[in-house]
Amino acid sequence: MTVDSPPAPVQLDTPARPRRIPPAVLLIAPSIVFMALLLGWPVIQGVLQAFRGDEGFTLDYITRMVEDPYFWPAVRNTLLLIAVMIPLQFVFAITMALLLRSNPRLNKVHFFVWAIPLALSDLAAGLVWLSIFNDRGYLNSVLTSLGLDSIPWLAYDNPATLFLCVLVAEVWRSTSLVLVIVVSGLQGIPKDYDEAAQVFGATFWQRLRHVTLPLLKPSLQVALILRTILAFQTFAVAQALTGQNFPLVVGETYRWYTALQNPNVAAALALVILVASMLISVFYLRALRDKGQEGTR
Amino acid sequence: MTTTQMKPLAPQPEVDTSPLKRLRRDRALLQAACIVISLFMLVPIYLISLAALSTRESLNDFPLSLLPTNLSFETLGAFLGSTGILGAFGNSLIVGIGTLLISALIGIPAGYALARFAFPAKEPYQLFLLFTRALPIVVLSVPLARLFLTVDLYDTTYAVILLHTALALPTTILISASVFLSVPIDVEEAARVFGCTPAGAFLKVVMPMALPGLAAASIFTFVMSWNEVLGASILTLDHRTLPAQVLTSLADSPLAYRFAGGFALVIPSIIFIAFMRRYLTNMWGSTIR
Amino acid sequence: MKNTPPQLLQRSVSRRSALLGGIGAALSGPFLASCAGFDTSGASATKGTVGFLSTQFTPVEEKQRYEDVLKKTLNVPVAYNSVDPGVFTSTVQTQSQAGSVRTALLGGLHGDLAPLADSLEDVDQLLNDLSASGYNREILELTKVGGSTSKYVPWMQATYVVAVNKKALQWLPNGVDVNDLTYEDFLKWAQAAKKGAGRPVFGLPAGPKGLHHRFYQGFLLPSFTGGQITTFRNEDAVTAWEYMRDLWDASAPASTNFDAMQEPLARGEVLVAWDHVARLIDAPADNPDEWLMVPSPRGPKGRGYMLIVAGVALPKNGLERDRAEQAIRGLAKPKTQIETLRSNAFFPVVQTELPTDLAGAIALEAAAVKLQQESADARLALPPVGLGAKEGEVSQIFKNCFQEICLNGSAVQSTLDDQAKQLNTILKDLDVPCWAPDPVSPGQKCEVA
Repeated sequence: MTVDSPPAPVQLDTPARPRRIPPAVLLIAPSIVFMALLLGWPVIQGVLQAFRGDEGFTLDYITRMVEDPYFWPAVRNTLLLIAVMIPLQFVFAITMALLLRSNPRLNKVHFFVWAIPLALSDLAAGLVWLSIFNDRGYLNSVLTSLGLDSIPWLAYDNPATLFLCVLVAEVWRSTSLVLVIVVSGLQGIPKDYDEAAQVFGATFWQRLRHVTLPLLKPSLQVALILRTILAFQTFAVAQALTGQNFPLVVGETYRWYTALQNPNVAAALALVILVASMLISVFYLRALRDKGQEGTR
Repeated sequence: MTTTQMKPLAPQPEVDTSPLKRLRRDRALLQAACIVISLFMLVPIYLISLAALSTRESLNDFPLSLLPTNLSFETLGAFLGSTGILGAFGNSLIVGIGTLLISALIGIPAGYALARFAFPAKEPYQLFLLFTRALPIVVLSVPLARLFLTVDLYDTTYAVILLHTALALPTTILISASVFLSVPIDVEEAARVFGCTPAGAFLKVVMPMALPGLAAASIFTFVMSWNEVLGASILTLDHRTLPAQVLTSLADSPLAYRFAGGFALVIPSIIFIAFMRRYLTNMWGSTIR
Repeated sequence: MKNTPPQLLQRSVSRRSALLGGIGAALSGPFLASCAGFDTSGASATKGTVGFLSTQFTPVEEKQRYEDVLKKTLNVPVAYNSVDPGVFTSTVQTQSQAGSVRTALLGGLHGDLAPLADSLEDVDQLLNDLSASGYNREILELTKVGGSTSKYVPWMQATYVVAVNKKALQWLPNGVDVNDLTYEDFLKWAQAAKKGAGRPVFGLPAGPKGLHHRFYQGFLLPSFTGGQITTFRNEDAVTAWEYMRDLWDASAPASTNFDAMQEPLARGEVLVAWDHVARLIDAPADNPDEWLMVPSPRGPKGRGYMLIVAGVALPKNGLERDRAEQAIRGLAKPKTQIETLRSNAFFPVVQTELPTDLAGAIALEAAAVKLQQESADARLALPPVGLGAKEGEVSQIFKNCFQEICLNGSAVQSTLDDQAKQLNTILKDLDVPCWAPDPVSPGQKCEVA
């Protein structure tokens, strides 16, 4: 019951006049030139900082980074957060998108509401959730007025609730990014496919597994890559909620750069993020490679 | 969801209503699920609005009131009245729209190429785009500011537009590529058969169908630019964008001001999303294809 | 799709593109007209405005109040632009490296300015002209940031005191004078309050932006050991950190989220807290009668206290040099200094009589600051001198000690030994003499004994 993956890219060549520069190059060249001109030199400078000491090449900063008491907790927290958060967000986002597609009452209003967290900067989002979770915040206010004891959600000696709070806040803040990509991807999938499968007696799960998800693959791939890379980059929410008690690698980068004024170690930390992000992106690109790319239609 | 299971026909002309009941129950569950999710999304927004419009004293109470009993525009007013807020608002609009236009201009063709053409360097190209986004830009502060000082664009909105475009391009290109992938190639071929030039076919046939995805990409671009603090504050001095002007100051401000600032900043991006949402879902349930 | 007549499709598209085009045209008007952007600091409003970049008074309200002070007291127009210290440092550094300085005046804490010494003009001549102002000798020594010439003019000063909500006085141990606490009394009080209130009500600014490292550097350790660096891991230091562990046990655990204590104090979440005067000022603002401000406690080696100095500096090759110098002279006038105290709770650095009609909260602080500085066994501690960009890392060492000993429950001596090793690694490269309260001997390298 598998439907072939979406329209495969096919060489659309102009048969009239053969050109020397292929059109693809012309189309992507501006972006390459732009990025290289603007970021090329700063990126090289930035990355080199991690290895440039007084007497040329040095690994001192890498050692310094690894020996810092916050480094390994930060690595562990970052990986833990990403490993738990990303699957959760995709389940939520896909569920939400399917709910919308089934055309509930007020679906436009619902969709708008679900996209609103996108508009919030991570600083503001951290502030909102801090007002909810802090010892005298809204959540404990509700608990108290119900006659229950308030709970120190953000106490440093309570790592489980600490993690939970960061997770809830991050899921709230950034699921809408995945949702919007998935919704825009779903727009392109004709309902006929789904209806056809229905006529043939496929259950909901079968249709999801064999029709909808495969057709959504390009969108999901992009959403996964972007969401993961952005997840490595954000720390304002975790910092607002937990201070230094739940360090993340990118938060450490900022701390070393601004508070400790050591751009070298900051650059080393940035490299860790860069390498991790790139490895995961390569993995996603390969694992979710569009099989239709090789095939013909 | 509907069920398609066929029940053996009963001998009597009695109608089996269970599928219908089930359908109704499913619809009700669906509505309920939507409402629960909306509540989860709205409650924090409600709380920030409530806090922004409360008096400073009432924020110190415990337990906090969940109802708007102490409304006041004092903190919001003070926030909106501070030096340079209007100018910063204008700068943010310029930067947001400028970033939107340039990144669309550069990004959409590249996304189209990524979707439609098979070229060998496809994966390296994608990784190249992501590479620039995967490095925390804080470590680029000094070299970036130096670059713009050298070319004499420092402290202008142009500098911020250029930086934000660079930050938004990966998103724009990858999302638009995923959208173009889902536009069937036969539509384009059909348009060509009807006599369109490649560019014409792209503009008149492919673009409208890809609009939802392009709207999504533009939402990300605008919102990213609207909320970006670090780049804007290292590249400008007297021509700040709104977040660079206020977000850093918020971190040290009393709680009431932080809420007021967070609230005031979020309104424009919510309006923008409301506006773009129409393009994003303009094809729901349409059977145009 | 194939069933749709092509004309229909085209018509709908052209309508949409006309609409989009219209919007684009409407938006591009203001876009092009405004060119490089709108002015947000007032710097380009009038020619000859002094662009004043500073790390102080970033909160909206404080900034507005300070702009008023400047307008009222200076005779040159100043555009006051406050940024956070990270942005401040990279802005000044890049501009000076690129040889294109866009500021006229820089203001910051000693620790913000010291790392930028190379980009700052010498101000000895200016300080000489202003010598009648009566700057404190220790402060003048600080302005040299470890070199031989002064790099900034003292701007204002601050210190740290303890804010007390009068509700907490019910648990104050018998016979103890709240204005003359010992560390022992302070701990007993915290423990009694925790018991009496049913929850810990003493707090510490141990959040990510909190200044608790200054408590260890300038208050706890000098009071227990008489030093800051040299005595970092001796027996007295072990006693001090064991004390700290007990104090933490009696303090609110939510302290690890507190950046400025005035908020938890105003909320009533915490009743007694030590912090920077400017970060306590809002707590008693509305009801000063319910509050006390008292000097920090004293220990076996005296009443250690730290002085925080902010300075104004001239960037090398800065804009509007004459007017910037004029602004500095204006800032040094007693009137400006007093106005700054009234509006933003930073104390004068020049010799002047404090007025008697200060607002409630500031009057409370002024009294506590005076008591603290003039107490018989006062032991002055300075923020690290001459460390430049390494200051943040040195402060981090003290925060690490807190993290390890109080939060993670590590053994005190071994933690201090580990951190002392790191501290010495940083100090070894710097090769600077010690600063108060450690014995200051020029030419001798500061290190942990």
